Amino acid sequence: MCCLVTARVRRLRCSCSSSIRDAAHVAHGVRNGNDSLTPLAQTTIMAVEFDGGVVIGADSRTTTGAYIANRVTDKLTPIHERIFCCRSGSAADTQAISDAVTYQLGFHSIELDEPPLVQTAANLFREMCYRYREELMAGIIVAGWDKRRGGQVYTVPVGGMLTRQPVSVGGSGSSYIYGYVDSNYRAHMSKEECLQFTAQALSLAMERDGSSGGVVRLAVISEHGVERRVVAGNQLPSFSAI
Amino acid sequence: MNEATQYNLKLERLGYHQFRTMERHPTNYLCKGVSTGTTILAVKFNGGVIIGSDSRASVGGSYVSSKVINKLIQIHDKIFCCIAGSLADAQAVTKMAKFQLSFHSIQMDSPPLVKAAASVLKELCYSNREDLEAGFITAGWDKKRGPQVYTVSMGGMLLSQPFTIGGSGSTYIYGYVDAKYKPDMSREECLQFATNALALAIGRDNVSGGVAHLVVITEGGVEHVVVPGEKLPKFHDE
Repeated sequence: MCCLVTARVRRLRCSCSSSIRDAAHVAHGVRNGNDSLTPLAQTTIMAVEFDGGVVIGADSRTTTGAYIANRVTDKLTPIHERIFCCRSGSAADTQAISDAVTYQLGFHSIELDEPPLVQTAANLFREMCYRYREELMAGIIVAGWDKRRGGQVYTVPVGGMLTRQPVSVGGSGSSYIYGYVDSNYRAHMSKEECLQFTAQALSLAMERDGSSGGVVRLAVISEHGVERRVVAGNQLPSFSAI
Repeated sequence: MNEATQYNLKLERLGYHQFRTMERHPTNYLCKGVSTGTTILAVKFNGGVIIGSDSRASVGGSYVSSKVINKLIQIHDKIFCCIAGSLADAQAVTKMAKFQLSFHSIQMDSPPLVKAAASVLKELCYSNREDLEAGFITAGWDKKRGPQVYTVSMGGMLLSQPFTIGGSGSTYIYGYVDAKYKPDMSREECLQFATNALALAIGRDNVSGGVAHLVVITEGGVEHVVVPGEKLPKFHDE
């Protein structure tokens, strides 16, 4: 699967004369910003580390322009048994990347004969997002649990940087909750506190961002496995002072 | 023809293009709004309002042209406004509004209503909306309705709200203010709320910074509070 992806992209690059490259650049710009028909997961995604695992969360809206193509999207994609990724940006790009990384990681895990590290998965994402940064629009948060370092959150924003953070937010709705996350995050929260924190932050973002909405999907990844939850729209905490 | 139009025509004849912008910012319409380089807010509390802003003026997001500019302009004794967008436009409009408001106040022989001040700004912003790039938050106290907060957006919309935030840095604190605002706070709670919100926005927005200017307006008068950068509240990653 990954060979197909890379071969197609390689062909794109090799065939570029300067005029085609300009056209590709324009097309890329059009696709990124102004083409309203590309399905985009302009979204809000979040991941928080706690002692013993991670909590990840996302909204559930995928838009093509003003139309909500899918109001119950699952943006929390399993990459391996205890490694998930949260996807934001172009839906097609992120699906293709996560399929490719799932394949690569599965192969790597079989070769090693043990569960892969979260850092390995994050590096695979970063490798792909950085190498094909001109063609892709993908912001990904990789989170999971492994035996060596416990719960970890790595963020690979658009452009292909990789960094580990105790708490990370991404997607278009994330701008609105930086202040809330900065002020409310504390180190060493419990699992329930993290779930509450994530659900509240996502609700606040969904209330302000037109591209985020629907339900809040949460998942807890720990040594014991993956526990998924859904908070429906009418059960979300509401903060309406005005 | 109202006073504003007459005044404008007179200036045009004299050669002052007061309401033409000096420079046009290239705007990326995908960004949230055209407001650049600031964080401003105003909050109503029990007995008064607090209006606040950061103190940074920047050119193109890469050069800080002033670290201590005061964006809180007193347009009457108990009415302040804070500016977002092009500083040149904002200064021109507030100068005009100050003149009109003082004239109005003399005619009525009483302090102007906060709504009147906001309306004057709105009128100026709306009539010249093609040329201007400035948004305002007006807050103050008057005898008729007590403490009030009005926002005049860049195109000239006027809205009354219990609290409001604006400027480029406001994007990052929408979640925080939505979660933390309560109606009928005390003066101390409100001061803490405003200071925290400004500190959080300054922490995330690179074109907001410097000190936090806060003005507390109540029936008893006006009090200016300045919180220097190192005394702003710090959060978990600082």
